[in-house]
Amino acid sequence: MGLPNASEDLSSEMEVDAFRRLFPLRYFERHLAESIRPDARSLSRARNTTISMGAVASADGSALAKIGSTTMLAAIKMEVMTPSLESPDEGCVSIDFHMPPICSPLVRPGRPAEAAPVVAKQLSDTISSSGMINLKELSLVGGKAAWMVYLDIYCLDADGALFDAALLSAVAAFSNLQIPTVSLDDGKIVMLPEEQKEENSEKEPVNKEKRKLTLGGIPFSLTCILHKNYILADPTSEEESIMETLVTVVLDSSNQLVSLYKPGGAVLAYTSAVQDCIALTRQRVKELHQILEEAISGMEID
Amino acid sequence: MEVDRADGRNPNQLRPLACSCSILHRAHGSASWSQGDTKVLAAVYGPKAGTKKNENPEKASIEVIWKPRTGQIGKPEKEYEIILKRTLQSICILTINPNTTTSFIIQVVHDDGALLPCAINAACAALVDAGIPMKHLAVAICCCSAESGYCILDPTKLEEQKMKAFAYLVFPNSILSVLPEGSSLVQGEPMEHGIITSVTHGAMSVDDYFHCLERGRAASAKLSDFLRRSLQSKLPGDLSKAG
Repeated sequence: MGLPNASEDLSSEMEVDAFRRLFPLRYFERHLAESIRPDARSLSRARNTTISMGAVASADGSALAKIGSTTMLAAIKMEVMTPSLESPDEGCVSIDFHMPPICSPLVRPGRPAEAAPVVAKQLSDTISSSGMINLKELSLVGGKAAWMVYLDIYCLDADGALFDAALLSAVAAFSNLQIPTVSLDDGKIVMLPEEQKEENSEKEPVNKEKRKLTLGGIPFSLTCILHKNYILADPTSEEESIMETLVTVVLDSSNQLVSLYKPGGAVLAYTSAVQDCIALTRQRVKELHQILEEAISGMEID
Repeated sequence: MEVDRADGRNPNQLRPLACSCSILHRAHGSASWSQGDTKVLAAVYGPKAGTKKNENPEKASIEVIWKPRTGQIGKPEKEYEIILKRTLQSICILTINPNTTTSFIIQVVHDDGALLPCAINAACAALVDAGIPMKHLAVAICCCSAESGYCILDPTKLEEQKMKAFAYLVFPNSILSVLPEGSSLVQGEPMEHGIITSVTHGAMSVDDYFHCLERGRAASAKLSDFLRRSLQSKLPGDLSKAG
C-alpha cells in the first residue's frame, strides 16, 4: 500500500511540513525510533496541565481544565427536586458533555460530534463507579426534597485526550462546589440569596452547616496510544487520528482500578502493555492530585 | 470459595449458548446469538459503495446501528455502537474493499446480562455468514468481580447489578494450527491472549482485573470452540452472499 520509493525519493527534497501531511505515519515512526515525539515530549510524559477554579461566576461550582491545548469548561448548577420512589433519600447527578463547533474543524453545527455521547456516557459511568459522590448527601428532606446536580462540560478546544481533560474539569468543579443555602418556607423549599443571611431571622436555612460535598475516592485518568511496541501517553489529536488504538485507565487515589477502557483498535493489548499503562497512570495520578490540591488551596486563599 | 449463584452454576460456567446463522433472507449475512436468556440478532449489509463524510476513503468503513428492545435511542446505544464499530474495524481487513461501507444492524431481542458481549459474538457470526474477509474472529465474555475478590463469568442481569464491578472483554479467536508449534508467541504470550476491547464498570483492584483477564481468556477458548463447531456445520456453498 502506498509508494515507498516515492517517499524515499521525495523525502530528501521535501519540507518537513509537507512530509508530515503526506506521510504522517512514517513521520511519527521516525520520531518514535528515537524515543521522542514531534512536540519534543518523551513517550511517557503528559502535556502541561493547569486547572483554574471558579471560572463561571454564576454557577454553583465551576472549573476550567487545560491539558496542553485541550480545554474543558465544567459548570455545576443545583436545583431542588422530588426524589424518585425507588431511592427516596438520594439525590441525582446528571452529566452532559457538549462539543460545540468552536472546538474542532471536524464538528459542524447541527451534526453532533461522534465522540460527544461516548465521552458523556464514559464520564457518568466513571463518576458513579468511583463512588466520588455519595448520593445520600444530596438529600434535603427525606422522601420530599433532594438536590439535582446538573454538570455541563463544554469542550472549547479538542486536541486529543478529551476524556482525561473532561474528567479533570468535572472533579475540579465538584471540589469547587458550594451548595446554595435553602430554607423551608410554608412547606416549600426556597433558595436563600447570599445577602439576606443577616436580616431574615425567621427564614432559617435548612442546610447552613453543610455547604460542601465530601468527595470519596477521586478518579484521575490517563489515555495512552498503543502502536507496535510503543506506548505513548497523553496523545494529541494528530497522534490519535494516525494511530488509532487508545487505552484509557482511570485510577482513584487509593489505586483502585475504576475503569480500563479499550474500544477495539488494531493493536492487541497483552498483559505487559496493560501493566505498563497502569504504571504510567499511577504516576500521572500523583501529578494530577498535586495540581488539584494546589488549585484548591489557591482558591481558598482568595 | 464456594459461591451460590441463583441458577446453580459454578463461577466458571457459562450459560447455554445457541447460535443460528442465515435466519434473515434479505440481509447479506445474519446471525442470532443467545447466552441463556440474553438474545441478540445481528444483520450485515455490505459492502456498499461510498463512505460517509469524515471517513478515510482509502479504507472500507463500518457503520453500526444498535436497536434496543424498547425505548428511544440514547447515549448508551451510541456508546455501544462506537465500541462495536471499533472492535469490528480491528478484525475486518479494511484494505480489501476501499471506499465502501459495511452496515451492521444489531437488534436486542432480550437483555438478561452480558448484552454487549452477546452482540459482539452475534456480529462476528453474521460476518462469517456474509463472507466478509477478516483477520480473525472475536469472542466476547463478561466477567464480574465481587467484594471478596472472586470472579464469576457470564452474569445474569441481577448478578451484574449486585456485583461490585464487571468487565466486558473481547479476545481474538484461538488459532487451530496445522503446524506442531501451534500459535506464534508475541511478547511471550500466545496471540489469543491479547485484548481487543475492554470496558469495565465499577471499581475493582488492579489484581482483581488481572484475575478477570485470566478467567476471561480460559472462557474465550471454550467460546472459540463452540463458534468453530457451529459455523463448520454450514454448507460451503452458502458461505458468500455479500456484494
